[in-house]
Parts: sequence; C-alpha cells; structure tokens
Amino acid sequence: MSILGNRVLRREDPKFLTVGGTYVADLDLPGSVHLMFVRSSMAHAKIVSLDTSRAKAMPGVIGVYTNDDLGMANFPTIMGMTNAAMTPPTLASGTVRFVGEPIIAIVAESRASAADAAEWVIVEYEPLTVVIDPVEARKDNVLLFPDAGTNTAFALDFGADDSLFNDCEVVVELSLANQRVAPCPLEGRSAAAHMTEDGRLQFSSATQAPHGVRDALVTFLGLEPEKVHVVTPDVGGGFGAKASVYQEDIVVGWCAQQLGRPVRWTETRSESMLGLGHGRAQVQHVRIGGTREGLVQAYRLEILQDSGAYPGFGTVLPFMTRIMTSGPYKIPKAECASVSVVTNSTPTTAYRGAGRPEATAAIERIMDLFAREIGMDPAEVRRRNLIGKDEFPYTTPVETVYDVGDYHRALDLALEVAGYEDLRAEQARRRAAGDVRQLGIGVSCYVEITNGLPDGEFGAVEVRPDGKVVVRTGTSPHGQGHVTAWSMLVAEQLGVPLEDIEVIYGDTDLVPRGAGTMGSRSLQIGGAAVNQAAVDVVEKAKDLAADLFEADRGDVVLDKSSGSFHVVGTPAVSHSWADLAKAAVAKDGNPLFAEVDLASPGPTFPFGTHISVVEVDTETGKVTLLRHIAVDDAGRIVNPLLAEGQVHGGIAQGVAQALLEEVVYDLDGNPLTSTFADYSIISAAELPSYETRFTETPTPINALGAKGIGESGTIGSTPAVHNAVCDAVAHLGVRHVDMPTTPIRVWNAINEAASGNASGKG
Amino acid sequence: MLIDMKVNGTSQSHDVEARTLLVHYLRESVGLTGTNVGCDTTSCGACTILLNGESVKSCTVLAAQAAGDEITTIEGLASEDGQMNRVQQAFQECHGLQCGFCTPGMVMAISSLLTENPAPSEADVRIGLEGNLCRCTGYHNIVEAALAASRVPEMQK
Repeated sequence: MSILGNRVLRREDPKFLTVGGTYVADLDLPGSVHLMFVRSSMAHAKIVSLDTSRAKAMPGVIGVYTNDDLGMANFPTIMGMTNAAMTPPTLASGTVRFVGEPIIAIVAESRASAADAAEWVIVEYEPLTVVIDPVEARKDNVLLFPDAGTNTAFALDFGADDSLFNDCEVVVELSLANQRVAPCPLEGRSAAAHMTEDGRLQFSSATQAPHGVRDALVTFLGLEPEKVHVVTPDVGGGFGAKASVYQEDIVVGWCAQQLGRPVRWTETRSESMLGLGHGRAQVQHVRIGGTREGLVQAYRLEILQDSGAYPGFGTVLPFMTRIMTSGPYKIPKAECASVSVVTNSTPTTAYRGAGRPEATAAIERIMDLFAREIGMDPAEVRRRNLIGKDEFPYTTPVETVYDVGDYHRALDLALEVAGYEDLRAEQARRRAAGDVRQLGIGVSCYVEITNGLPDGEFGAVEVRPDGKVVVRTGTSPHGQGHVTAWSMLVAEQLGVPLEDIEVIYGDTDLVPRGAGTMGSRSLQIGGAAVNQAAVDVVEKAKDLAADLFEADRGDVVLDKSSGSFHVVGTPAVSHSWADLAKAAVAKDGNPLFAEVDLASPGPTFPFGTHISVVEVDTETGKVTLLRHIAVDDAGRIVNPLLAEGQVHGGIAQGVAQALLEEVVYDLDGNPLTSTFADYSIISAAELPSYETRFTETPTPINALGAKGIGESGTIGSTPAVHNAVCDAVAHLGVRHVDMPTTPIRVWNAINEAASGNASGKG
Repeated sequence: MLIDMKVNGTSQSHDVEARTLLVHYLRESVGLTGTNVGCDTTSCGACTILLNGESVKSCTVLAAQAAGDEITTIEGLASEDGQMNRVQQAFQECHGLQCGFCTPGMVMAISSLLTENPAPSEADVRIGLEGNLCRCTGYHNIVEAALAASRVPEMQK
C-alpha cells in the first residue's frame, strides 16, 4: 500500500512543540557582538553630513561603518531586466530614497549598547521632493535617480491594439488598486556570521535560498565559494520576502570578516516593516469585451507597478502577471502591458503569489462587472468561458501554455459545496427585505503558474551500512514540511520506515547545490529530484543484489513491505538495505548513493475555484467573512495534511489583503503602518474555518504528477472575498470598492451610491 | 539587580539590568530560547508564557516584576519522559504549526485559555487567540488543535 496520499503527521513537530525551533536569534555564539543599523528617517533627501564621532565613543561600541567603509559595488539589476542606473548601494550613499534605508552600521558588545550608540549618530539631511504615488512617479517630474532621466525601472510594452474590442457588443472597464501589503513572516530578517579557524566565513541566515546567500556573499566579499558556508537554522516564515538577499546580510558578513568575532543581527518588527520587501503594489486598468450571451472576446490589462525606491524582484512582478493575463478563460484576444516605476518607499519584492494574484484579481473583478453588465450570474459567465478539459495543452494569447486542467469540475464542486443556489436565494431574501446585514457571494476561478523560473534542483539519497537513509535536497523549507514529504517519497520508493530517513537541507556544505524554496516549486522539482534519486538508488541496489544472489538482475525484486531484496520466487532468502549498503562499500569503497540534478521540465498550472460568503453591515460598512470554500487542484497530492495547511495559510493572507491589510505612507513618505499595532495583520478572530476540497488532475510535466500548492490559496481567495464584498452592496448601486475593503471604504461607497454618485473608478 | 524566580519548576537567580524584559531574561539569562520575540508592540504573542499559571506576553513584563513568581515556558510543558501534553499533541495531530515561530506562544495561550474555559466554542477560541498572530496556518488548524485539546481530559498527558 502506498504511503503517498496519506495524512502523515509532521516529523518536524515535536521539537517545535517541546523546546521551540532554533532560529538564527537562538544560536549560541560565545563572544558575539551585535549589529544594528541607523536608518533613514527621510523618504528622499541628500545626506549633507554624517557625524559618527559621538556614537563611536559610546561604551561598548566596536565599530561604526558607512558605505564608504564597505567599498562595495552596488547590488546588480534583477535578471538583467531592470534599469541599470537605479541599482542600490549596500548602505545609503549620498542620497536616501525611502524611510528605513540603512545608512550606518553599528557594532557593539550588546544590543542595548548598539541601540544607545545609534541615538548619537547625527545625520544632516537636505530634503528632496518626495514621490510616493506611482502615477505621479511615472510623470517623471520628480526623479529618484536623476542620472537615469526617468523613474521607469522596467517596462513590458507589447503595443496596445486598438482594434482589440472592435467586435464586442459589450465593453466594461475598471481601474483598480492591488494595494501594497507587508509579508510579515513572524520571524523577521536575521543573520549571524563568524570566521572559522580555517579561514572560512560561517554564515547563518533566515533565508529561503541558502545557496543564493552564499553566492551573494562570495560576490560582495570577494571570497572563494569554498570559503563560505551558509546554513539555515529554522526559519520563521518567508512568503517570498526572504527569497532575496538583502544589503544587511552582506554587512553582517563583512563585519564578521573585519572584526574576527561572531556578529549577529536580528531586526526588530518596526525595522522589518520598513526593510523587508513589500508585496503587490500594482495600479491596474482592465478592459473586457464580449457578447450579451456572456462570451468574452477580448481583454486588456495595463499595469503600473510600484517598485519602491530601488528595483528589486517587485519590479519584475508584471512579468509574472502578464504570463497569467487571461486566467482560466478561453479569450481569443488578450494583451498585457506594464510599466514599473520607482517611488520613495520600501522596495517591493515577491510575496505569496508574486504577480499571479494580481493577474487573478484583475480579471476576476472585471468578470463580475461584465456579468453584471449583461445581467448574468457571475458563476454562469465563468462557466461559459472556462477552457474545456479536452483543450489542453492550451496556448493563451500571451503564449503561455497551460499543461492540464479540469476547470469546470473545480467550479462545479465549489458551487456544490457552497450550496450556491441557496446562498443566492438567501441573498435575494435579504435584499428584498432591506436587511441591514446584506449577504455577498464572491466567485473566483483561477489558474496560476508554479515552478515558473527555469532553475532545476538537486536531490540525493544515500543508504548507510546501518540501513538508515540520508536524503539531501536543494530546497529550503521554512514551515512547508519537506522533511515529512520527502521522507514519504523516499519511503515509497525504498520501502523503509519514515523514522529511518533523515532529510538534510539548508547547508551549503552538506548540500552542494540548490535554488531553495519559492514560487511553489519545491515538490514538483525538488521533491521530484529526491524521488528520482531514490529510484536510481533502487536500481543500483538491484545491481548489487544480483551479485550477492548470483542471480539474473532482472529477477531481483524489492519487497517494499519489508524493505528487502530477493530473487523472484524465493522470498525466504533476502538481503536488507543495510546488507546492500555494506556490499556497496565492500565492492569499491563507495556508499550506496545516487544524486540527481533534475533539470526543470517546465512550469505547471494549478487551478481551482474559491467561493466566499460575507455579510456586510450596511449601516457601518463592516464586513464579516462567514464562509470560504476553496477547491484547489494541484495535481497529485503527496500529503493532504500538508497541502491543506498550505491552502489555509494562503487563504488567510488573501482574506487579509481583501479586507484589512495595506501599507500606507503619507505624502511625505512617512510610513504609517510600521508596527503590528498600526498594520492590521489578520488574526484568528477575523476568520472562519475554511471548507477546502481538492480535485486531483495529475500533470504530465513531472514524474510525481504534482503541481505547486504554496500560493494557490492566496491567488484564489483574494478575488473571491473582494467580489463577495462588492456583491453584497451591488444592489445599492455600488460598482466597485478597492481593496482593502475596510468599513470606512464600504460605508463611503454605500453612501456615495445613495447620493447618486456611482462609486468605483473607471 | 539580582532576581530570583522559578522557571519550569527550577529556581533561577540572575543579576540583570533593571530594564531587562522578562522575555530577554528567559532567553539570555536562563537560556530558554523556545520563547520568541515577534514584534515590539505587544501585538503578536510569540513571547506568551505562563506567569503563575496565567498567560502573559513576556515582552511587556520586566524581569524584575516577575521576581519571586513561577514561570512556565514551552520547555516546561512535556512530562519528564518527554511525553507531550494534550495541547502539544493536538498541535501535531491537527497540523497546527508550520514554521513554528508563533507556536510556543500559541501553545501557552491555549493552555491558559483552557484553564479559564475548559470547554470553549470555536468563537471562544478565536476571540481568545486574537492576541496571538500566526502567518503560516491561517489559524484553521490552530483553532482545531485548541478544540481537540479541550476534548481530552487534562490529566492525560
């Protein structure tokens, strides 16, 4: 019986539950010193002078450093795609461009003495005009990088075809904001470093990509790759924002090199809200056209992406958005254009979904408005336009090739679980009665791309002479449960118990290569690599067993129920995995081992339908999420427990964006949401339990049949909740309420509609 | 200043600066790093511990304020033979944790909640956990774990 598909409890858990994880800040580093950054309090200013003399004289202070002390090149462009005149320095150099930009690094004997010294750094600023709104920034009236001559950091312009909507009976347009949000992993950024006795840099990092951190340290510190050893202790969440290397990481390594003592840095939450990359931050304009029978014929998405002060991964998010332009629908003509501009705000980066939630939000919101315009049920409009299950592989107008799917099945199941007809009847009843509390029902059909980047992945399996199995993976889990899932994959192939399998990750000495964990890639490429290595080890073991049995190799059988090999027909005489591991060593001194560098077979396209049910108090604008139904299809599910956990977390982050969360700046660029007291991070009290289902349509792209599940929850849920809120008040004349649909916004929209001003831009 | 307190049943005595927060005292002086710091505004609850049996956020208590008191942290919940208690077990069985950073605080908060209200409804649990933030689980399985633990008699460790 296969272990795959079972709800296997996490092997990781007992440690976290009895003594807690070991995060970077928990590392015992005798003699360590503390690094702290002095950050810009201005959003845009010239640094006239820096006076560090008094800080240097404070008790316990070991060093105070500026960018000139570091003498490093600027960070590179993102994949060669972003404006080369806008690259960030390690510490601010001459000009600061956002509140929170690191200017000075202070190292002291204790965290307290570093904080005390930071108070004595005197930065004299000459304020420059601030530009926060990306619409303003695009006008290039205020330039963040005068030498660049523009604020545009990246553009994808495929030329607007004005004839796109010529044949459409109905055309609907909307401008909407996909607001800036903060990823908020519960552990902020953290790093610790020291030089070992043999002259290597030992670096611990709260990262999603330890090999990426190693490569960056090698580049910026001028070290040989073998002189850098990066490990990830337990990592307290990432959500994409810890996939990139930050300037502060490099400074930690540099200080350790300079001082010869262990250096540690753990940011505070207030720092994290300014320094850890933000997500989303798109202004969108969408246009949809079709027939009165509900057939969509044309669609255009225009994106203005806020890069923040320096181009980072956020700048190229529209690239990912564009790939998913037309969503799960069969739209003959669709196009997407984008411009990414710098503004005086925290740089944006990947955040759960990274470009795809933005695509789904745009098309799902306008689908509802299209349905309303032609007087058709929004679920029915979707049904009429979904790509049919017999039409795969399907190539969209933007040349994306979807692998496989059964989109109608997901929609039907979601409608069934929700009891859609009953919900609509209840909604009609409340509308007719003029209830204060109106019901809103939001439908969102989505398709997204996982493993969208070209990296392959490393996986290795070794059987030791004691019969224990050691697995090495290039993925870098930080809550996803790879130890359990990869153990299951190997147990399935080898027939050994889970407890005999050790999974090693997050150590650049023990795992030679790896791209890490992001973009919902891990199972389908990292798990697939481990799976392939396990298959290869079985084949090697069969060679050895054939020798031991003096039998024909083709007659050797692995009995997975006992984890032993025998010759077909004579199960009584068998050799265990331990026997074969010993035989391997005896033969040529090499362990029984296989490693795989699995090239990426290309992306996969998970899909599903989410339905959200909200209640809106029309007198206060308060939204209560009553139910959230999620039907997701990520191909074959290895462990439903883990997959559901991913969906749950994704849903909460989607609900959070739809209802509550937004990073806000004032016009001077001062952040107004830089603590957990100000940023309305979602809690248990604002959420219901979720109703989740999986359909399983295996992908032909990889041997496991698996697609990614890490981000689907966010991608599917955000527009469902958003649509539900707008739906609840649609009969009152409200056309659209931008996210987050806070009480004040909903209340204003209701009142504007009542006074005759149709709300909603566009 | 010299501070004495009992942590997980063991007497502790350490000389600390007067401004030392209880969470830093536990992590740095006592050496128990299971209790985490997740924010600086008493919002996230990652640092939740039991002070004389009641849950408090240890980032908002001075170590000196807890002098003479009894503290329980995540490290003090399992029995001596390593058997997890009902809340810890329920967290594993319900997949109530992912990255684990909020987990010690969540477990302590739920322990305290079940002491106050041995048979909570889902709404009771959700309101009771409002001061404990988790970014990974969407709270679904944490709430499940709390309800599951409430159905197990407390003596059964």
